[in-house]
Amino acid sequence: MSGIERVKSISASYPGAAASSTWRGLAMGRTGGDLAIAVLLGLGALATLLFGEAYWLLGSQVAITMIFALSVDLLVGFAGIVTLGHAVFFGLGAYTVGIASAHLGWTEPLSGLLLAGVVAALLGAVTGVLVLRTRGLGQLMLTMAFASLVYEIANRAKPVTGGADGLQGMVIAPILGLFEFDIFGLTAFLYTLAVLVAVVGLAVLMTRSPYGRSLVGIRENRVRMQAIGTNVQHRLLSIYVMSAALAGIAGALLAQTSQFVGLNVLHFSLSGEILIIVALGGAGRLWGALLGALVFTLFKDRLSALDPAYWYFWLGLLLAVIVLFAPKGLIGLVDRLLSILHRKESL
Amino acid sequence: MITAALTILFHGLAFAMVLYIVSVGLGITMGLMNFANLAHGAFAAAGGYVVVVATRSLGLPFWVALPAAFVVVALAGAVVERLVVRTLYGADELRQVLFSIALLFMAIAGFTAAFGPLQQQPEIPAALSGQIALGDVEFPSYRAFVIAAGVAILAALWLLIGRTRIGMRIRAAVDNRNMAEAIGVDTRTLFTLTFALGTGIAGLGGGIGADILSITPTYGQEYLVLFLIVVAVGGLGSIFGPFLAALCIGVVDVAGKYLLPEFGAFFIYGVVIAILLAKPAGLFGVRS
Repeated sequence: MSGIERVKSISASYPGAAASSTWRGLAMGRTGGDLAIAVLLGLGALATLLFGEAYWLLGSQVAITMIFALSVDLLVGFAGIVTLGHAVFFGLGAYTVGIASAHLGWTEPLSGLLLAGVVAALLGAVTGVLVLRTRGLGQLMLTMAFASLVYEIANRAKPVTGGADGLQGMVIAPILGLFEFDIFGLTAFLYTLAVLVAVVGLAVLMTRSPYGRSLVGIRENRVRMQAIGTNVQHRLLSIYVMSAALAGIAGALLAQTSQFVGLNVLHFSLSGEILIIVALGGAGRLWGALLGALVFTLFKDRLSALDPAYWYFWLGLLLAVIVLFAPKGLIGLVDRLLSILHRKESL
Repeated sequence: MITAALTILFHGLAFAMVLYIVSVGLGITMGLMNFANLAHGAFAAAGGYVVVVATRSLGLPFWVALPAAFVVVALAGAVVERLVVRTLYGADELRQVLFSIALLFMAIAGFTAAFGPLQQQPEIPAALSGQIALGDVEFPSYRAFVIAAGVAILAALWLLIGRTRIGMRIRAAVDNRNMAEAIGVDTRTLFTLTFALGTGIAGLGGGIGADILSITPTYGQEYLVLFLIVVAVGGLGSIFGPFLAALCIGVVDVAGKYLLPEFGAFFIYGVVIAILLAKPAGLFGVRS
């Protein structure tokens, strides 16, 4: 008897089991963790909006980090492409809206987001073709080399990017001509939150689609996917481009909400950090990436205020513990907790 | 004209040798154990700090400090390998990368706490602090020593890997680990030894190269791209590949910065991208 048949026969033998199985499914296991985190994040956002005036700016940072983390999770966690240079797309998005605003007078925010996404996607398409030709270490190196190259360009092109001093003089028009960016960060918070919700919605739909499943298939067994007729290179390139576009949008949001772009948006440490966030939350799980982004940004805000050197120590320690003892990340722990609770309940 | 060419060549060679000494161990461990160790540079920095402490605080001669750096860092490498790295062999790349980043970050915090954020310079013996005249061009003699050290380490590694039983086992395990195990090579011990050797040489490189790649807490992060480039371009598991890669990158970088300073590090990355696209396994890679 196969697993599915057994489950069916068991649920058939309990009256009412079929009706409650969905709820049970939601209360435990993978979906349970996802649902719990979704509810938690939603409540957290609402509470911040209503009562946490002092945290609106931080909240928009969290939302931006979440979008960036999602873009990396789609690539690393789902498609299994490890990158150490994803900040290049984040930074490119940020510089795109920054330069468009400071030099060309393109101050409209929504079209700016779109522009940043398109520009980042174009770079993703060009570098993706090259990066995906290699595997393993070569791939890591190429992503790093491209990111370092763009960092150098931004550093040297001082008249355009402001170099190490950062890009000054950005102006962003009110969103839809109605909502001006205010000093409390309310507009920024709501704006980034709205984009985040849209991105999460898209990402959830995509990962549940046959396309998303095929990415996981490629990650798990590339040869087999090829053998059953999947165009592996095509799938990988398309997710690379999409991930680049999302990262670009996240970067653009940062530039728009802070009205400033610094060279650090392209730095290697950002590429490393975002990978850490994804692993911290749980690679290959969208809600894990979101949780990781939240926890990381809050910790960083608290700890790096004390001392940057200590921050590095705690970050390293946390990461080592996660890698060695909880390879499924925080969301794995949430899952385990929920299944323990569930077992107790059913006893 | 000739003076400029000689200067570029000389300083390029010295830079290349530092890159080589630090990176060669990384290539061997990556080729042998398939472990992507991004914390390799932190071991080199540790070697640099050992030399600084030995020459500045303990007043030991430079010639004692260098072997000490090798031994201390190799021991540290062996301990780290036995305790944690071992559990990650065969784990997916992401976990290895993340773990070594974790190690790197903790090392940065540790170095900052112990030695402060500023650059540290070891004390160089008087015999090496002068200039050597070559025709009418003068070169710092310390850099000549660095070049000699790089060549000496290449020769020593070539003898060790190519001519000893240990080396034979390492080569066998790089080529085909299962087969090597099947014919009785104790890969557990071999891995620890190789990891210790690789990190030890990196420590030596950190100490020798402190004049060129300055010793700061973030050493392992700042120069990581360079080390990885040398390994990726040179090919994993090879000792000559990284040597040629380091030569190529060192001379190209120095020439680029000397002749066209406004382009900065473009040349390095351009060359690397071109080589990796033409030969994804590196110039002399056993495998990618």
